[in-house]
Formats: sequence, structure tokens, C-alpha cells
Amino acid sequence: MRAIYILCLRQLKRYVRSPARVIGSLGQPILFLVALGFGLGSMFARAGGGNYINFIAPGIISMAILFNAVFSGIEIIWDRQFGFLKETLVAPVSRLSIVVGRTLGGAIVAMTQGLVVFVICLLFGFRVHSTPMLPLAILFMFLIALLFTSIGTAVGSVLQDMQGFPLIMNFLVMPLFFFSNALFPMAGLPKVLQAVLHLNPVTYGVDGLRGALGSGFAFGWQTDLAVLGLLTAVLLGIGSYLFSKIQL
Amino acid sequence: MQQMIEVRDLVKNYGDFCAVNHISFSVETGKIFGFLGPNGAGKTTTIKMLTTVLVPSSGTVRVNGHDPTHDQKEVRRSFGIVFQDPSLDDELTAQENMDLHGILYAVPSAERAKRITMLLNFVGLEDRRKSLVKTFSGGMKRRLEVARALLHKPRILFLDEPTIGLDPQTRNSIWSYIQQLSVEEGVTVFFTTHYMEEADRVASDVAVIDHGKIVAQGAPAELKENTKSATLEDAFISLTGHAIRDEEGTAADRNRAMRRAWRGGGRR
Repeated sequence: MRAIYILCLRQLKRYVRSPARVIGSLGQPILFLVALGFGLGSMFARAGGGNYINFIAPGIISMAILFNAVFSGIEIIWDRQFGFLKETLVAPVSRLSIVVGRTLGGAIVAMTQGLVVFVICLLFGFRVHSTPMLPLAILFMFLIALLFTSIGTAVGSVLQDMQGFPLIMNFLVMPLFFFSNALFPMAGLPKVLQAVLHLNPVTYGVDGLRGALGSGFAFGWQTDLAVLGLLTAVLLGIGSYLFSKIQL
Repeated sequence: MQQMIEVRDLVKNYGDFCAVNHISFSVETGKIFGFLGPNGAGKTTTIKMLTTVLVPSSGTVRVNGHDPTHDQKEVRRSFGIVFQDPSLDDELTAQENMDLHGILYAVPSAERAKRITMLLNFVGLEDRRKSLVKTFSGGMKRRLEVARALLHKPRILFLDEPTIGLDPQTRNSIWSYIQQLSVEEGVTVFFTTHYMEEADRVASDVAVIDHGKIVAQGAPAELKENTKSATLEDAFISLTGHAIRDEEGTAADRNRAMRRAWRGGGRR
């Protein structure tokens, strides 16, 4: 328990102390929100989709969480290269508590980034339709964060150095984001693409968040919650297992 | 005298490559033991196996009476370690690095605060306890790592090349802390180094490892006598050859290695 607490706290301290990272990782979501939100807004409205900013804001929030979460998980590689990982691996605590502490800390950081983007979306005209559902929205944000921090942890446990990082960005994170319902609605897509979207966990996260923020669920919140919860449990298990196999 | 570390027939293979080849040695409680060898001889691999982060291919190891493969927690509680490469969190302060260690090792908070102050004074970093570690020099980081390794009152202190890249002042101060500790608290010290004069000065016993095998062990004076050398450095060179490591060995070097292997085989 104490190991979980202190390693989680460490992640939060590192986050608070690097304003460059906080601001840097806001750039991309703002770019997407402004360029796509306003750029495609009139077309989206003419096609009968309604307010595009309202539609993509949950997608952009999910994107910020997704990117930050995977990055938090992958920080294991940094810790391995800069040596801090060894300090935790020789401590008399279980590998499981180390991995849970790190993942929890990373997930809280990613969720916080999501909340910051949420506020920025409000500044750009995003409107929440039902405030009582806000706690559910935050729960979805946390689940997205936890799921993808676990994936990052799993990947980071296997990779030896940062060489593989572009591979992860281009073949895991980017496809997860683009082949989801973050930027466009699922209805009317080609059958193959629709199937891909159904297999992508990000889709369920975005749908949950979008629904909870008042734009209606495509799957229903129970389904979204069940899919995300189950996958998070499985991946946290895989991440812990791979982490426990690390030898120096 | 009780043995704090006992190693019997320890082997580590990486595929076809044998990094540690049937080594046996023991370290008496309270002694300062120097583990010497050229680059790539198997020193760090051995330390990793003693400190539970690498599983041996075969052989038995006892650290403070426990087996690092099966009683990991007991072994981990017994030792403190300063790794060859830095292992501090640069984004945290000296105090926070110490606290994190104390919490991971379940040192009660009142005792933790007391020992942190005591140890930071000991290594001369008390006035910098609130500074981020990334602002520290290499020597300060090393001293902080020594202090951190001692926080949970370990019975054994592992030091993997603790003085590499440090100026003579810092090297001297680090060794004087360690000698003082060994006398005052009876901590057993297991260290590696490339500076033979340091080993000669502080170690009561040394073992020389080369190509994964122990080629000599005993007090530094014995090693010098057996090899008829004036200094431990000369003794070391005469035991391990002049060939520079991390390169393809020459034919002569391979011959020497083979001869050593034969001699080693004969002794057993």
C-alpha cells in the first residue's frame, strides 16, 4: 500500500514540476479543436450533424487523455535508462504494488490533462447539456486514462529504449485515435471501417464521455462502462505481468 | 566468524555466452570485500544475482542467510546498494528521494526523519536537502546515493564502482564514510572498483574475476606476495593480462585464457 502511495505521489510531483510538458501536450488538442472544429464546423452543420465543436470536444478530450496516458506508461523506459527503475526493483515491495502505483499516478496525470482540455473546450464554445452526468463523465475520463496507461506500461516493460517510440506513436496511438468515433460519427461509415471502430476501445471511451456530457450515447453507458472496465482489468493484469518479468 | 555472503558454483549464461562461470567465494560479516576485474569480467552480473534482480542459471547464493531467488524480500531488506549508474530521481529533491526510499523500505516516519537528517549531515548534504537532484554535481549525487542506501540500516552495502568519474576529494570522502560505517555499525561492504590503490587501502579481502572465473582471492598483501608485485595494480595486471577488453582478443590472449582455464580445471 505504502509503495503504491509513494510511487503515485512521485508521478504527480513530476507532472506538477514540468510546466513545459503540461503546456506542450496541450498544443496538439488545441490545434485539432480549432482547425477541425472551426474548419469543418460549417460543413458538419450543413450535413445536419449539428454543432461540430460540441461533437468533437469529447473526442479531443479523449485524445489528450489517450496520448498522455500512453506516454505516462512509457515513462518506464526513461526510468530504466536514467536508472531510477532499479531503485524500485531492489526495494522490498512487490512488483504488483510498484506497477499499480506507477499506473495509478500516470492515469491521474493523464486525466488531469483531460480536465484541462475540457476547460479549454468550454472556452472555445463547447457546451455541456446535463451537469448531473458530470461525475459519470469524469469516471469515463479516468477509465480511458487507466486503460491506456496500462497499455503504455505493458509496452514500456517490453521495450529496452526509446528507439521504438515513433513506432508506438504511429502504429498504436495514432490509429487508435483516428480509427475511433472521436472526429466523425459512426453512422453511415463503410462496413469495414465500422467494424474496426467497434473493435477499438477508444470508441467506447469517446462514446461514454460524449454521452455523459450530453450529446447522446451510441452504445449506452452500461456497455461503454463494461467494455472499458473489463479491458482495463485485463490490460492492467498484462502490464503487471510483463513488468514483473523485467530483469536488469 | 559468520558469513554474510556465500556463493557456491554460481553460473550465469546468456545463450552461448557464459558471463559468470562457476564462481565460489564468501564474505565474512563486518568485512570490506573488494570484487575486482577488468571490464566485462562478470562483476556487475554477479552483483545483480546477489541483489535479486537477475536469476542465476545455476549455483547457490546466500545473502544474510537467505536465497535471493526465493526469499527476495528478506534479501532486499538486508542490503543497501549504490549502482554503477545513477539511480536517483532528478526531478525530486534530496529529501524527497530519501523519503521515497524510506517509505519503500517501511522505515517508521519518526525514525526516518531522524536518520535522513543524520545521514545527510554525514555526507555533507544537509544544507541542500530541499534542492532538486538535477542541480547536483556528480559527486553530490553519489554521496546522496550512499546516504540513501544506508537509510534502512542495511547489514550489507553493495557498491558497484562507487567512485567512478569522481575527483580525488570526493573519492576520499566516500571511502572514509564507508570505513567509518564498517567500524561503527558493523556493516558488511561489498564493492567493485577499477582503482586498485583504493582496493588496496580499504579492502580486507579481495577476489579477482576475469572472463567469468575467479582467478585469485585473499588479502591484498597475499595477492601481491603470490604474484611478486609491488602494488595491487601490478598484481592485478599479472593476473588478468595486458589485453584491453571489449575488443576481439588476440591469439596470445586466447592462449592465456585457455591456459588459465586448464589451470583452473586442474585445481578443482
